Amino acid sequence: MIDEILAARDGALARLAAVTNLADADAVTADLLGKKGPFAAFKTRLGSLATVDEKKAAGQAVNEATSAVEAAAAARRSEMQRAERATQLAAERLDLTEVMSRPTRGHAHVVTQAWQRLEDVFIGLGFQIAEGPEVETDWHNFEALNMPPQHPARSMHDTFYVDHGAPGSTVLRTHTSPVQIRVMQTIEPPIYMVMPGRVFRNETTDATHLAVFHQIEGLVIDRGITLADLAGTIEKFTQAFFGVDFTSRLRPSFFPFTEPSAEFDIRTPSGDWLELGGCGMVHPNVLRAGGLDPEEWSGFAFGFGIDRMAKERHGVADVREMYANDLRFVTQF
Amino acid sequence: MKIVHSWLLDLCPGLPDDTEAIAEALSDLGLAVESVDRVGASVAGVVTAKVLRTERHPNAAKVHRVYVDAGDGVERHVWCGAFNMSAGDVVPLATAGTAMPDGRLIEPKPILGIPSQGMLCSARELGLGDDHSGILLLPHDIALGVPYGEALGLREELVYDLDVLRNRPDAYGHLGVARDLAARFGVPFDYSPPAVEATGAPMTATVELVDGDRCPRFTSVVISGVRVAHSPDWMASRLSAAGMRPINNVVDVSNYVMLECNRPNHAYDYETLGGHGFRVRLAAEGETLVTLDGAERTLTADDLLICDGNDRPIGLGGVMGGQNTEISDDTTTVALETAWFEPLGIMRTAVRSGLRSEASARFERGMDPHGIGAGIARFVELLRITSPDLVVHEGAVDARSEHFPGATTITVRPGRVGAMLGTPFTAEQITALIEPIGFSCAPDGGNVAVTVPSWRPDCTLEIDIVEEVARHYGYAKLGKTVPKSSLPGGLSPVQQRRRRLREVLLGLGISEAMPHPFLSDGDLARAGLAADAVRLVNPLVVGDDVLRTSLRPGLLKAVAYNESYRTPNAAMFEIGHVYPPSDDVLPAEYEALGVVLAGREAPAAVDLWREIAAAMGWGARLDQGTVPAGLHPGRGATLSLGRDAIGVVGEVHPDVLDAYEVTERVAVLELNLSVLLATEPKVPQWKPTSRFPSSDFDLAFVLPDSVIAEKVDKAIRQGAGSALVDLALFDVYRGKGVPEGSRSLAYRLRVQAADRTFTDADLSAIREKVVAAVAKLGGQLRG
Repeated sequence: MIDEILAARDGALARLAAVTNLADADAVTADLLGKKGPFAAFKTRLGSLATVDEKKAAGQAVNEATSAVEAAAAARRSEMQRAERATQLAAERLDLTEVMSRPTRGHAHVVTQAWQRLEDVFIGLGFQIAEGPEVETDWHNFEALNMPPQHPARSMHDTFYVDHGAPGSTVLRTHTSPVQIRVMQTIEPPIYMVMPGRVFRNETTDATHLAVFHQIEGLVIDRGITLADLAGTIEKFTQAFFGVDFTSRLRPSFFPFTEPSAEFDIRTPSGDWLELGGCGMVHPNVLRAGGLDPEEWSGFAFGFGIDRMAKERHGVADVREMYANDLRFVTQF
Repeated sequence: MKIVHSWLLDLCPGLPDDTEAIAEALSDLGLAVESVDRVGASVAGVVTAKVLRTERHPNAAKVHRVYVDAGDGVERHVWCGAFNMSAGDVVPLATAGTAMPDGRLIEPKPILGIPSQGMLCSARELGLGDDHSGILLLPHDIALGVPYGEALGLREELVYDLDVLRNRPDAYGHLGVARDLAARFGVPFDYSPPAVEATGAPMTATVELVDGDRCPRFTSVVISGVRVAHSPDWMASRLSAAGMRPINNVVDVSNYVMLECNRPNHAYDYETLGGHGFRVRLAAEGETLVTLDGAERTLTADDLLICDGNDRPIGLGGVMGGQNTEISDDTTTVALETAWFEPLGIMRTAVRSGLRSEASARFERGMDPHGIGAGIARFVELLRITSPDLVVHEGAVDARSEHFPGATTITVRPGRVGAMLGTPFTAEQITALIEPIGFSCAPDGGNVAVTVPSWRPDCTLEIDIVEEVARHYGYAKLGKTVPKSSLPGGLSPVQQRRRRLREVLLGLGISEAMPHPFLSDGDLARAGLAADAVRLVNPLVVGDDVLRTSLRPGLLKAVAYNESYRTPNAAMFEIGHVYPPSDDVLPAEYEALGVVLAGREAPAAVDLWREIAAAMGWGARLDQGTVPAGLHPGRGATLSLGRDAIGVVGEVHPDVLDAYEVTERVAVLELNLSVLLATEPKVPQWKPTSRFPSSDFDLAFVLPDSVIAEKVDKAIRQGAGSALVDLALFDVYRGKGVPEGSRSLAYRLRVQAADRTFTDADLSAIREKVVAAVAKLGGQLRG
């Protein structure tokens, strides 16, 4: 019987070796190792053997043969599984540059992008963000900012007047500075705020000028704020926004709402100075208009254009392009 | 303001003869140098030529033919686009081959087949100032065929173009600039022209100040023995370099004194000065005057006139002289007016008349009311160079009204200066810094009593003196410190929500537009919106005067624009302000969101609203009963929060699309962000997810169109109760098998229990309840 068993084992191993796919492998395995398979049959025949020794020898032979076939079947099955997966993978190969869908994300306006970058830098420097109306009273836009009616500096602002209320009482804000007044009137110092927003000037548009554009303005009011604090804040902003290899300087200038006033320039790593914006210590008359005592509080303000940041970052030749709402432009950024 | 380098060195010989050092010092003192230019160098190839005759060509409207003689007796022909010359005038001729300062090469370019043998030049084309209104007319008696610079006696000058701001009226003169520089370089500075000696017999131009509030000081002095001639070359050169055309010695000296001492003045021909006197009064409404520029000006009762002794108007006070008393070649006796006018009045007249003269620009910024004597002395000193026989007469008048300003003295606290600048300053340091620029300082307890020089009317407060200290100490030396906020930086909740909204919109594939906030007349009506709007008083473009009340018109224009460039299906949003009218102090301005989805229908907008609302934690009632203006009557709804409409959703009315020349359908969503962003969103609360199996089943109901899907949705949710974990409408069918006026709505429900697996009996019970709930609406389960 032992010879039969060995022959059956060899036959089984040969059948397993001959299978070519997973299904066959499973079918052959079931056939060989199932209840009706040859090894099951050997086990039932064991009882008919004459001696204990014979039974023992034959039993051991059947068990060994069964184990060998089981091991071979498992090995063959996994081999077939790997082969089939390999075939599947080879068949599924794609040219990943063969893409038919078009990108669908939306694009934020370039000015919004610059605006948010600026906000984020100032937030990092400990500032909060304030906002105000675009249609303003003459009082907030001019008078509270130390430009009473007839003040000559008003002529520097090409103002859009709005037909609302008494003639001349309502304007489109010519700068974001009226927000300073609104902030001072509503928030107790200390104030560390930036005020981005849309502003309006009644001047003919060209490649570098718009009648409707955007500014960001900063206001710090606290005890003991000095001109050196202004210079330091501008320097810190310059390095945070443009890079650590940039520096800044202040030059004396004039604005009715600050005294002393300055222009601030930034120096590029290549050594060129670029004019960036205006700044200064908040004029005592402005502090008073905002309801603050200039002997108790002092502060500084600064401001510059947002659109120019976007224009120069992206190399846009004509600033009017940014407002044409042409998706061929918008989707470039 | 053009400041001539050689002039500065004349006034203050101690200054370095180094334009770079001076330019740097000027910028550091707040006199920003826009450029340093080399002017007056003759352009090689440009010579003087006499105009022989001019001639029109029948086929050329914008140019005419000018025949000139460049001194060699040969008649040359040039085409010229300026018409301000006539036979006998002497003009600069750029001969063929000349390279102009702007890089142009003069070539015999023919017009109508006729070549031009050169080009006649304007002052600007030769770098002699900004005048480009016509060809530069040269004195008649100069040599022909010689370089024009030589003929004019021009020398090359270095000129600083300064941006002088409102707070530095003194820097409109070389004197003020030199004083600032002398202090910066620490060199001595003294300006004292030789005192005038009145040697002539008494001869007076009388002065009567009728409206002395507008003219607090008016002086007159009579000078005879004047010989009208050319100015010396150096003077002509400097005037040219500073942008003023040399005319004759009297006018030139007048201008020179203005540019040097910042002292506008006016020389009248004494013989033609009626009544040998001046009368200063406000004009009568409608009174007229022909000014020096030849224009007849109609005046208002707010314009100040200089009249002669017979009350005949001869000048617009502080702005421009009249033509009738102009200095002529025969003038021998002049009456010199040097006055001080009230600044705001001058500004009003200048603005009203559009006449911004060199004089008015100075007076309106505030001149030195004192120091008139030095100006007169300088005038006499300079005029004597070309009129050695001139005599100054006794009888000069110095009329002042009670409005003549007194000196300003300001108490300056050194502690305050330090507190503003961040660097401590002693009284002595403050004095040392500002005395060289004319502020006289006296100790006043621990403070400094600072008397402001009369040429600095801008300084009225202690803080103004702080700026002068900082300016002369040097801003750069004040150091850089960073103040630390005791508050955390960050966005407010509203600002955070706005950013999130923008990110959601961008993620949904919608790009951001920024249309113009001004609309044209009729834009609102074309959009089907109420035309009631706030308007601009002075729009930039006539007709573009409407402040938008909705973002829709701007976005529709953007859709049309993109369609016109073959970009269909534009999906754009704008977050911006709108300005509806109001009876309050300001219009009812608020922040809005507008979204347009071109090529999409109304459900796309509703879907978008739901997506945004879910992301932002917003809720609103969708009310199709109230169709918003400008929307498709069957495809528009109002979004309401409580009683307030907070937005619209739907599809733009086809009439509106036609009016905006949009060919695609446009789905639209508009929201009031001032309301929505201010609402605290509901924070989603955790609902446990069941670990037991869920079951799905589909139900289709036939319902009349009058029953809106939202109600069916609600009924299903009520019927299914808490077992329902998901509900989706997946099919809407109208047509065969469904009665006319009804449709079939097919829903997929997913139900699940938190604590067990539903049995078939459970599922049937839920199904029956749902069917019963929908039946109440008239819905029948479809086979």
